[in-house]
Amino acid sequence: MSSFLVKQPGLLSLLHDRGRFGAHKLGLTTGGPLDGVAFDWANRMLANDVNATCLEISFGGLVIEAQLDTSFVITGAAAPCKLNQELIEQWCTYDINPGDKLEIGFTSAGTRCYLAVSGGFDIAPSFGSSSTVLREKIGGLNGDKLQAGDQLPCSSKRLSTHCYLTAADRPKYSDFARLRVVPGYQQASFNPVQQWRFFNSEYRLSERCDRMGFRLEGETVHSDMVGMLSEGICHGAIQIPADGQPIVLMNDRQTIGGYPKIGAVIPLDTATLSQLSPGSRVRFEAISIEQAHNIHCLEQARFERTSLQPC
Amino acid sequence: MRIEIAGQNAFIVYFAEQTSAAVSAQIQAAVTNILATMPDSIVDLVPSYASLLVIFDLDRSDHFAVKQQLRAALTNLDSVGASAGNLVTLPVYYSEESGPDLEVIAASANIGIDDVIEIHQQQEYRVYAIGFAPGFAYLGEVDERIAAPRLATPRQKVARGAVAIADRQTAVYPAVSPGGWNLIGLCPTRMFDPDKTPSMPVQVGDRIRFSAISRDEFIDQGGEL
Repeated sequence: MSSFLVKQPGLLSLLHDRGRFGAHKLGLTTGGPLDGVAFDWANRMLANDVNATCLEISFGGLVIEAQLDTSFVITGAAAPCKLNQELIEQWCTYDINPGDKLEIGFTSAGTRCYLAVSGGFDIAPSFGSSSTVLREKIGGLNGDKLQAGDQLPCSSKRLSTHCYLTAADRPKYSDFARLRVVPGYQQASFNPVQQWRFFNSEYRLSERCDRMGFRLEGETVHSDMVGMLSEGICHGAIQIPADGQPIVLMNDRQTIGGYPKIGAVIPLDTATLSQLSPGSRVRFEAISIEQAHNIHCLEQARFERTSLQPC
Repeated sequence: MRIEIAGQNAFIVYFAEQTSAAVSAQIQAAVTNILATMPDSIVDLVPSYASLLVIFDLDRSDHFAVKQQLRAALTNLDSVGASAGNLVTLPVYYSEESGPDLEVIAASANIGIDDVIEIHQQQEYRVYAIGFAPGFAYLGEVDERIAAPRLATPRQKVARGAVAIADRQTAVYPAVSPGGWNLIGLCPTRMFDPDKTPSMPVQVGDRIRFSAISRDEFIDQGGEL
């Protein structure tokens, strides 16, 4: 099995498939790409299986060397990318040869880049998934983030034709996001005034944002709940602890918890949230489950119908 | 029973306001029924004290279809015949050496350390939930006399196998981690071993008994001090 050799691992580079499902009964979390949209594009552009393992590169700083011929694409956050010192485009597929050096610089707009190779990285699944969860030391290479000297195994597999996604069809990364929320869980324990504050205030991303949860700062919001039994937490759930500052729970969240939750951000918008940097602004918008359903179906249709352009 | 929205791809079913063995059995019956009748749309389930989180796959189903299936799966739960759960006995080396908070619990209950150890073994516990960390099983309910609040300042490092009490819950730490529960002993049984099948000796709904072992037995069974 040939591979890529990691010369510089970057700040936080993690191998992920779509996530680990069916293991909550053991207390294992889901993992998977924070930005599922950019991840899905990467695999689609290489005609990979939807669940093929990619590399999520948070904040950039990765340098790898190819030891085989294959094709690759880099999607997600904007970062200067170089193949053998020459700038290359993101959202565009390329071939790579043994000895070639691929560099992904630091991100400028957005924070997560996705690197996919033809056929995906070949990582033995643990509990049904290759996704790396650092807190659990599970998935990826020994449950760890990339280290210099690591080998990323994959197959030698070239695309016959190359493609790119036009700029108009790519996600835009900025420093503001509108996060659509399906109200649920303990929503009723937040009185109308508290709910009004929550849905009409601007919040800022704190410095404490990681793969478990994004902590926001702004107007405090309080629930009338007194004492609560711990219960299952879904992806995107917005937990509001006693300090009144919301936390959006992400892919590596603990599977159960006992803080009141006002609802959950839809997956399309947790993807947008995950690309923001500390200090970015967000607003929450309540939508009905019917609207969420429509948004999902429209987005799915858009993804399937958007055609890739030949290079 | 109430079915509520958790998120776009999840429902949470509340079975009762409080937990009990009967509620826990009903949740187990619901898990069995859901897995049997709707395997294609469900991607994960999280049973807990009095609720069940049901997560489905948005690419294969949707809120409306799943809600209908879920309602059907939750009727006639009594006829499912809830399993009584396996009875699992976990050995514990109770001592001041392995359980630094025994003395505090004994003092606040105004009983001896031996009484705390005795009372902890008298109860048959039920696994109400698994979470917090891989393999962390929440067991209830602890006898009121030895129920102790969480530490004001959590410890930076709790040993793997630490047997602990927080309020009326008890648990065995599956791995070294920070922790705020009161430590009363050490269990040599691995609560989570990713290389083993099954990777946990217990599952939600099982019944647990603790049984005291000596320091030598603890070491013989693979325990480390």
